[in-house]
Amino acid sequence: MMKAFKNFTGLVAPLDRPNVDTDQIIPKQFLKAVVRSGLAKGLFFDWRNQPDSQFVLNQPRFEKADILVARANFGCGSSREHAVWALADFGFRAVIAPSFADIFKNNCLKNGILTVILKPEETDAIFNAIKEHQDYHLTIDLPAQKVADEFGWSAHFDIDPFPKRCLLEGLDDIALTLMQGEKIRAHEAAHPVPYKS
Amino acid sequence: MAAQTLFEKIWNSHVVHEAPGEPALLYIDLHLIHEVTSPQAFEGLATAGRKVRRLDRTFATLDHNIPTTDRSLPITDPDSKAQIEMMRKNCRDFGVKLFDLGEIGQGIVHVIGPELGLSQPGMTIVCGDSHTATHGALGALAFGIGTSEVEHVLATQCLWQARPQSMEVRVDGKLGLGVTAKDIILGIIGRITTDGGTGCVIEYRGSTIEALSMDERMTVCNMTIEGGARAGMIAADRKTVDYLRGRRYLPTGAEFDRLAAKWLTYHTDEGAKFDRSISFDAASFAPQVTWGTNPGMVTEVTGKVPDPSSLSDATSRRATELALEYMDLAPGTPLTDVKIDRVFIGSCTNGRISDLQAAADIVKGRRVAATVSAMVVPGSQLVKNEAEKLGLDRVFKEAGFEWREAGCSMCLGMNPDILKPGERCASTSNRNFEGRQGKGGRTHLVSPIMAAAAAVAGHFVDVREWANR
Repeated sequence: MMKAFKNFTGLVAPLDRPNVDTDQIIPKQFLKAVVRSGLAKGLFFDWRNQPDSQFVLNQPRFEKADILVARANFGCGSSREHAVWALADFGFRAVIAPSFADIFKNNCLKNGILTVILKPEETDAIFNAIKEHQDYHLTIDLPAQKVADEFGWSAHFDIDPFPKRCLLEGLDDIALTLMQGEKIRAHEAAHPVPYKS
Repeated sequence: MAAQTLFEKIWNSHVVHEAPGEPALLYIDLHLIHEVTSPQAFEGLATAGRKVRRLDRTFATLDHNIPTTDRSLPITDPDSKAQIEMMRKNCRDFGVKLFDLGEIGQGIVHVIGPELGLSQPGMTIVCGDSHTATHGALGALAFGIGTSEVEHVLATQCLWQARPQSMEVRVDGKLGLGVTAKDIILGIIGRITTDGGTGCVIEYRGSTIEALSMDERMTVCNMTIEGGARAGMIAADRKTVDYLRGRRYLPTGAEFDRLAAKWLTYHTDEGAKFDRSISFDAASFAPQVTWGTNPGMVTEVTGKVPDPSSLSDATSRRATELALEYMDLAPGTPLTDVKIDRVFIGSCTNGRISDLQAAADIVKGRRVAATVSAMVVPGSQLVKNEAEKLGLDRVFKEAGFEWREAGCSMCLGMNPDILKPGERCASTSNRNFEGRQGKGGRTHLVSPIMAAAAAVAGHFVDVREWANR
C-alpha cells in the first residue's frame, strides 16, 4: 500500500554532494533487517559516526529536518529500498535534487516520499538560502507542482501524472494491477513457461 | 512491420495493459529473489493474505549474506543467520524453489540465472538487485527493482513501468591484448559518467561486442547500472544458443530447437531507431583502474591520479577532493605506484569460470606478494565445481590465494569478508563506493587479470606487459 503525500511546510537540510549512493544512505550492516521500521539509526551511518563529524544531520539545527536537498544523481547504486525506509524513518518526506537514480526514485514513490527535480541553479538557490536563514523552510505543494519559501522564492517542478496521482491518493498498486486480472491471464495463456517440465 | 530495436521487441510483447498518461503494465517472465531484499516483500504478501502468483517463474537463492568459509560450520552472525532462516521459511511457506547452501544451483543470483538456463533471450527478468542487468547479455530485458516492487511481482507477476528511452552503445574493432570486457565497461562509464544512462535501456552493439564470449557479455551488461541505466542488453546470436544448450532448466531436442529459433529473432532490426547513440573504437580502451569513490572515477593503468585543482566546475572539484581524501591518494600519483593490501576476485561482475581461468593463467607459477592477502570467491557452486575440475583451485592455492565457497562475499561485505579501515583492495567487483567493502576500506575496480597481476606485484601493474611475455 502506497502512503499518500500531503502538502506540507518543512525544515530543509543541505547535503552538498553529487552522486550520493545508497551504500552511503544506508550501509550494508543495516540490510540484515527483516522489517521496514527502525532504520533511522542506519541513515548516513558512516558519515554521522566519524570522529568529530560535522555531517549535516549531526548539527542540532537540522535534527528535525523534513526535506533533504542534494546534488545530481542522488540515490545511485544499489536498489536497496532500505535507503528510502531509513530516510522516511528519520522523518524526511521529500528529497530535492537536480536528478535522481531511477530505482531510488521508484522506491521513494512506493513509500510516499516525493522526489522533487529542480534545475541546478534552483537547487543552488536553496543551498544559498539555507546559509542565509537559520531555519529555512520550504512549502511543497504537489497538486500545484510548486516549492516555495516564505521570502517569495518559488520554483515549479515536473512530475508524471501517474506517480502524482499515486502519491496524492495513496493507491494500493497491487490491487490496481489485479483489476487487470483478465488481461494478465490472457497473456499467461499465450505464453507457456519455457522450462523443462 | 516497422523495424524494431531489441528493446522494443521485448517491451512491446510484454505489455499487458496500457492507458494514456499511465505507465505500462509489463508482464515479468522470470523473478529471481535473494535473502536481503525479499523479507519485507513476503511480509507484505502475508499481511494482505496474498500468494505468490507464479511459482514456476520465481526462484530464490542465498548469496549476499552467507559466509564463504566451510559450509559445515554454523553461521555465527545472528542477524545474517536470522535473514537466511527467514528466506528458508518464506520459501517453504509460499512454495518457492530455493537453491540452498550446499545445493548445486546455489550461487550469486546473476550467475545462476544464466547458468541454470532460467534466463533466456526475449524474457523480461527482474530481481531486487541493481545488477540484474547482467541477464541482458542473453538478449533479455533485465533490471533491478526495490522491495515494494518485489512484493508487487510476487503477487501479480507484473510491474508498472514507464517506458524508458533506448540508447545504443556501439563498440567496434579489435581489443588489444590484456584488455578485457571489464575494461570496456569501466572505460564506457568513465566517458558517459555515472548518470550518463539514467532513464535509458542500453543496447551494446558492434563487432567488439559480438566477438565477446557470453561470460564477457555478462560482465559488460552487469555494470550498466553504474552508468545510470537500469538495463543493458546484447542481441541473442548463435553464441547465446550454444551457451544455453543443455542447461538444467532447458528442454532438449525439438523443443529446444523451437525455442532457439525464436531466440534468434531477438536482435535490433536493420534501420530501427534509438533515442540516443554513442560509439567507441575498441582500440581506444586500455586496462582500467578506478582511483575514486564511484565507478566513473576511472582511468587507464598508465594514467595518474587526477588533480582536482584542474577542474573548473566547483561541484566536480569538491567531489574529486573528497574522493582523493577518502582514498588517501595524492594528485599526480602514477596508478602503478599505488600499493595494495588485499585482492578480491569474484562477484556477479567477474566470478564466472572464464574470469577465474584468466586470473589463474596470470598467477600460475607465481606467488602472491608477501604484503598482500588475496582471495578467490567463485560466483556459484557450479563455477566452483568446474574450476576444481580444471585444477584452478590448486593454481590459486599454490600461489597463496584463499579459495572460498560461492557467494557475493567482499563485493558488498555483508558477510565476514570485509576490508579493515585503511586497507586498499584491487577488486574485480562493481562498486568502489565509500565503505562498500568495509568501513574505511579503499576499493580499486579492475579486471580479473589486472587483479591477479596486482596480487603478485603488490601494486598495480600494466598487465599488457605480462600478457606479452
